[in-house]
Parts: sequence; C-alpha cells; structure tokens
Amino acid sequence: MRRFLSLGLLCLLLLGITVTAQAQTSASVDADDAAALELLEALDVRSFPAKGEAIIAILQSDDERARDWLQSLLDGRLQRTDDGRFVVVLDNRGRDWPVADALTGEPLGDMSRRDLDRIGINNNLRNQLRSAIAVVDLYSPDVERRRTSATRLLGEVDAELAEPLSELIAEEEDAQVKRRLTQALAIYQVESGQLEGVETLRGSLHPRVRVALNRAANGDDPIVADAANEALISIEQNLKINRGLETLYFGLSLGSVLVLAAIGLAITFGVMGVINMAHGELIMLGAYTTWAMQQLLPGQPGLALILSIPAGFMVAALAGVAIERSVIQFLKGRPLETLLATFGISLILQQLVRTGISPLNRTVITPEWMSGSLVVNDALSLTLNRMYVLGFALVVFAGLMLIMRRTRLGLEVRAVTQNRAMARSMGIRATRVDIMTFALGSGVAGLAGVALSQLTNVGPNLGQNYIIDSFMVVVFGGVGNLWGTLVAGLSLGIINQVLEPWAGAVLAKIIVLVFIILFIQKRPRGLFPQKGRAAEG
Amino acid sequence: MMTHSSSSQCWLTRPFGERATQIFLGVLFAALLLVTVLHLSVPQGHPLHVNAYTVNLFGKYLSYALLAVAVDLVWGYLGILSLGHGAFFAIGGYAMGMYLMRQIGDRGTYGDPVLPDFMVFLSWESLPWYWLGFDMAWFAFAMVLIAPGLLALVFGFLAFRSRVTGVYLSIITQALTFALMLAFFRNEMGFGGNNGLTDFRELLGYNLRSNDTRLGLFIATGVALALGYILCRAIVTSKLGRVCVATRDAEARTRFIGYRVERFQLFVFVVSAMLAGLAGALYVPQVGIINPSEFSPIFSIEIVLWVALGGRATLYGAVIGAILVNYAKTVFTGVMPDAWLFALGAMFVLVTVFLPKGVAGLFRYLKRKHRDDQPPKEATA
Repeated sequence: MRRFLSLGLLCLLLLGITVTAQAQTSASVDADDAAALELLEALDVRSFPAKGEAIIAILQSDDERARDWLQSLLDGRLQRTDDGRFVVVLDNRGRDWPVADALTGEPLGDMSRRDLDRIGINNNLRNQLRSAIAVVDLYSPDVERRRTSATRLLGEVDAELAEPLSELIAEEEDAQVKRRLTQALAIYQVESGQLEGVETLRGSLHPRVRVALNRAANGDDPIVADAANEALISIEQNLKINRGLETLYFGLSLGSVLVLAAIGLAITFGVMGVINMAHGELIMLGAYTTWAMQQLLPGQPGLALILSIPAGFMVAALAGVAIERSVIQFLKGRPLETLLATFGISLILQQLVRTGISPLNRTVITPEWMSGSLVVNDALSLTLNRMYVLGFALVVFAGLMLIMRRTRLGLEVRAVTQNRAMARSMGIRATRVDIMTFALGSGVAGLAGVALSQLTNVGPNLGQNYIIDSFMVVVFGGVGNLWGTLVAGLSLGIINQVLEPWAGAVLAKIIVLVFIILFIQKRPRGLFPQKGRAAEG
Repeated sequence: MMTHSSSSQCWLTRPFGERATQIFLGVLFAALLLVTVLHLSVPQGHPLHVNAYTVNLFGKYLSYALLAVAVDLVWGYLGILSLGHGAFFAIGGYAMGMYLMRQIGDRGTYGDPVLPDFMVFLSWESLPWYWLGFDMAWFAFAMVLIAPGLLALVFGFLAFRSRVTGVYLSIITQALTFALMLAFFRNEMGFGGNNGLTDFRELLGYNLRSNDTRLGLFIATGVALALGYILCRAIVTSKLGRVCVATRDAEARTRFIGYRVERFQLFVFVVSAMLAGLAGALYVPQVGIINPSEFSPIFSIEIVLWVALGGRATLYGAVIGAILVNYAKTVFTGVMPDAWLFALGAMFVLVTVFLPKGVAGLFRYLKRKHRDDQPPKEATA
C-alpha cells in the first residue's frame, strides 16, 4: 500500500521537479507570497489524504522554499500561531521556542509553546515526505546533500523514476553521486529482472545492494539468479577483507593504547628493576589534566587538548619524581617491597581523586577535528580519534627512541640498565639517572592519559583498568626493550580484537592472559630478551 | 647448619618444643576459650557479653589469619611473592559454596530439587559435570583442598620449571587471579556469575543462621588455624624448610649445591595453596556468600600487606597482621569509609619503608633491647 502511494507520489513529483527546474532557470526569485500562503493553508486540514495532496501541490509549485517547508513539516517544526501565521520552530527545547516566519524566514523571537499549533502528519505522510525530499535534493547545488539523497535512493527507485534517473546520471558531475545513482538504478534493474544491473552491483558493499541481490538470487529467473549469486559471493569475499581490515584497525588502535600505557613502565622497570604499581594512576593523572585544561579553557577543547600534552607530561613527571624521592629511593634492591609500596601510593592517589574531585566519571570533550570518521567504503569507516591516538603513540615511541639512542641521557640510561656498578664507576651518577628515568617514564604515562581521555571514560579507576594489561605487555615484550614493548603491545591488541568476535570480549581477554602466562613459561624473559651481560641482573 | 638440638624428634612434633609456637598456641586457645565463655555464659546485655555478630566477625578474622599464614609460608620462607593467593582462597570458598548450594535442595526460590536458583534462572537443563558430587560432604571437603592444590600444582610446575621468579612471578600470579576473576564473572561458567553463590541454609545439617553454628564455625576456624600453623612451622623447621630458606636467599647457589630447587618450591607452593583453600572454605559459611570479587587482584595484594605488617617469615606475625588490618578495616569502614583506602595505602608505604620486619620485628627488637639492658649474665653461654 505504502509502496503504491510513494510510487504515485514520485510520478507526480517528477512532473513537479521538471517544472521547478524550469522555474529556476527563468530566475523568478520572489514567488508570490499570497500563492505560497495558499499552499501552506492547504496543509492545515484535518484529513491526511488532503494533506498528501497539499504536499504534492507544494512540490509542484516553483517555490524555492518548498524543501525547507517539507523538511520542517517532517520534523514537526512547521506550526501555526493563534493569529494564523505559519512559523518554523527553530529550537523546540524548553518552554519558549524561538520561531521564524515560514514565508519570509524572518526571526520572530521566542513564543510560548502554548500559542503554537503543530501541523500533524502520520507515518504514511512521513515516508512520502522522506522520498520527496530525497528527490528534491538530487537537484540541489550542494554536493553533500546530493550524496545523502542519492544514498537514500538505494532500493527506492521504481519504474517511473528509472528513466529520469539515467538522464540525471549522465548530467551528474560528482563521481560519488554518480556512482550511487548508478547503483540505485542498478538495484531497480536487478529487481525488474535485467541482467546488466547485476554487473554494476558487483563491486558495491552497501547493505541495500546485498538485500536486492539476495532477493534476485532467490528469484524466478535462473540466469539472473545465477549472476546475482556470483556477485554475492564476490561481495562476501570483499566484505570479509574489509572486516579483516576493520579488525586490524581496531587491534592496532587497542595496541597503540597498550603501547602508550606500557612504554613508560618498560623504561622504569628496565632501568631500575622497579615495578611501579602506581603507573596506572599516573596515566589517570594525565587524563585528569586534560579534563582540568578543558575546564580552564571552556569552549576551546582542541586548544586545551594540545596544551594538555605538555601539561599532562609535566604533572605526571613531577608526581613520578615525588614518588621516587619519597618512597622508592629508600627501597633500593628490594623490588618486591617497592611493588607493595607503590601499590599503596596508587590506592592513595585513587582515593585522592575520588574525594578531591568526584567518584564519578568526568567528561572530556573530543574536539571537532578529532571526531567523525574516515569513510573508506560502505563497509569500512575508520574513526578519527583512534587514528589520532595511533599516530600519537607512534610519535611518542619515536621520540623515546630518539632520546634513548641519540641523547646523553639515553646513553646513561642504557649504561645503568646494562650494568649499574660499572656505569657508576665510569662516573655516571646513577641516582640522577634514576630520577630522570622515573620522570621520563612517568611523563610518558601522563601522555598516555591525555590520549586515553579521548577514548575512554575519565574516572578514578582509569589507571587500574590498564595496569595489568601494561604489565602483560612489558613481560611479553621483554624488559628494557622498547621495540619489544611496541611489538608486544600491537600484537596483543590485534590478538585481542581477532579473538573478540569469536569468543566475546571477556573470554578473549582471559585467553590472552592465559596465553601470556604460558608464553612466560616458554620464554621467561619475553619476546626480546636482553642478551649478554645485561641478562645477568 | 643444624643448630636445632632436637633433630631426633619427629618433624611434626618439633614445633611444640619451640617457645614462639607454645606462646602462639597458648594465646590462640585462650582467646578461643575466652570468646566461647563470654558468648555462652555471660548474659546478654552484660558489657562483657560477646554477641553472635562479633563471634562471627572473629571467625572471619581467623580464616583470614589462616590465609595470611599460607602466604607467609611462600613469601617468608620461599621468597615467592604471590599476588594470586586470593585465587586459591576463592576456589576453596567456591568448593564449599557449591556444597552449601546443593544442601539447599528444593528450598530455593524456584524449588528445583537439584539445580541451584541461578541455573534455573538461566534456564539450564541439568547440572554441569563439575558440579557433580558436591552434594556429598566428603567429596566437597576433599575438593576444598584438591582444587586449589591442583591449580597450584599445574601453575607452579610450569612457572618453577622455567625458573620464573621475582617480580615476573608476582606479575603472572596477579594475571592468574585477574583472569580467574573475569572467568568467574561470566554466567556461562556455571558459578553464579556476578552474584556468586549465596543464600546458604545449612552445613552438615546445622543451620547456618543459628548462633551455635556460628560459634562452632568460629572454634573450627581457630582449630584449623592452629593446625595450619603447626604444619607450616613443622615444614619450615624441617630440613626441607632449610632448603627453602636457602632458595629464598640464594637460589642459584642452592641449585649449584645440588638441590632440585623447583621441586621444593612446587611442594611448598601447593601446600600453601591448599591451606588458602581451607581458609576460603571456612570463610564462606561464616560470611554467607562467595562471589568473584574474592579473585580481585586488590584482595590478593592486601593479603600480602597483612603479612608484611605483621612481619614476614615468622608465621605468627602473619596472624597478627591479618587480625590487625582487618580489625582496622572494620572500624574504618564503619566510622569513615572514605578514609579506609587512604589508611590502607599509607600502611603499604609506611610498613615497607619504616617497618620492613613488621610488628613481629618490633617485638624482637624490643626483646633484644630488653635483654641488652640486663646485666650480661649469659655472656659466656
């Protein structure tokens, strides 16, 4: 029934569009307001079929405000005041609504919702309106609008629309719109049993295309069915590849988070043989720094985020130095006691945040340039924030590599890692190296926190959620080896994501943990153990 | 090396000759007796009356103390810092919990004669195979020891054979308990998921809600603690215990002398896990619930704090530490719950930095000081 209506509507619609197009070329900018008012008046009737006719009348009119009217009618924002004027509600939240005149577009200030009367529609009309707007949009000069409406047309094309559509395709300049329209037409062709449509659809990954092909594959015509089946198989394969890529992307993203969280730990553990259980809370401090920055700079989340990078580093680094000076230096050579003491510190830091700020999660805003996603094709879109974090992790890793390989500090750190006593006898001040290393490792934890604030909730438990995973990465990769941490972090991330659809999130995590526990039995010193004299310690 | 005069004695009775053990057992039995008398003989309302709630609380502390003794056995005498002993405790607890669940019978909310409520709720058809046998007390009680022991055997065999020690071992024991926590949170595991096992009725026919059963459990836990203590003491004073201490202090050297270090480690680790399981089994009927939070890494690391606070490698220190910390927890969480984590965190830091030998170390220090202040009578002895 609905299909029938929309078919009839589109048929009429196309007449209207050609008229509109002609009208636009004749450059009549101002339509007669009286005529426009008449069109709107026709909408304010009780019977829904009459409203449907009124909608068609609006479409057939050459009024260029037609689309806005239809859109606001669809959204329920086209309303009538008590004195009979038509207005468009601009924002329907709260008690008083700002409105604008439907005819002139002039803002009329706020009006009480009680003085307004909505022009109601039913589901039937809603569907008509959606299709109508889609078709109108195909002629819009705005490319984005054309793309959206072309996508909406997939599976909605019928016999009446097919012919004008092929003309439109020929005229269309934007390649993406063109491809979409071609697919929309091809779906119609497949549905009406034409073989050539199947060929066009072969490369598409859109779910509607698959629906159409599926229907054709189960259809009566054996030739079309065979072709559709074949196309479906190739689409399925293509989809599989895309799903694989998506898993890989999520895996890399998770891995980059793990690398960020673990790499600071790897440095302090590697150099000082010290397990810093408060590392997770240093990450948390970094995340809270981001939140605090955004509170300080309201309305500029992007700037705040960029400033948080150095700020988060400094806050965490200072906290790290404080921990090192106040506790860890007194526990030299007693790694297990250090583990316990730093665990105590982690409890204190968590509780400080809980009582000092709030036990609830804080919201950290994602700046506009980081939100959204990169659409590769219909089956694969990559979220931007994850991509930024992945890039950030690689930059941090490269930076640390540079520090370790190219600076005096790096040289000293490596010397102390390999042989503390010998390094000291060569004149390296091991205590100073300890402090610097701890500051560096903690600072990197702060950076991890800044990055994590864009992906997860910022709350007092943030650090706790990552600490065991970070240990796993360090142990898996091998202590004192940055490359090991990178490889271990990324591969654990990917393993986790590969297992997840098959086993579920929790079971995947358990499997990874068990895998690492078993792996440690085989290679107690990790993937990339330190060789030679360094290994003795 | 063999400084012990009583080497001719049987290894199991040797601890009774020790001063510290005598004092410990004396104090323990005096405390048990005192609480029992004050609970039964002093009328209610009298200021000295110990009510059932407090008896129950003491029983809980004693089961924690047994757990702490188990951790001290491996950490104090073997140098293995296990951050996963909560797992053995919880597994023992689950074994007991499964028995108690089966005892409910058809008195559950859904009235199923065999299936526990949560299984009916999840519309399971029949008991999973690992629940079979838990309706028999002897089997369940055996599993209290066997299940944690078996896990420790497999885990320890793999770990010690490949010489995973030090912080590495600590981290993977933590990963072990974390993985188990995640697993037990899953409904599909068949252990009640998030809610765990609860709503117990009776143990060996005794109503768990009656005061007499609570007193009985308290006494049973005290006796178990005494036996566990004697066993651990017997182990650490035996030749085997000496090899353990040697391993703790210089693993490579002990190995070079010719001892198969990993076998000693494995044996003691398994014994410790079984004791932890026993502690868990005594804990569950007293608190009336077992859920996956007992597997949480924080709990396991807290146990280590009890031992550190009381004094490592003394065994009685572990008991003191467990009781002190848990008493403090009860007080703090009642008076100002927010401050408890601050206090706990501060304890971790202060104990490790300022009191590395714990309360027991303080005792010894005071005793030595006292002796040094005395005129040197036994200087020639």
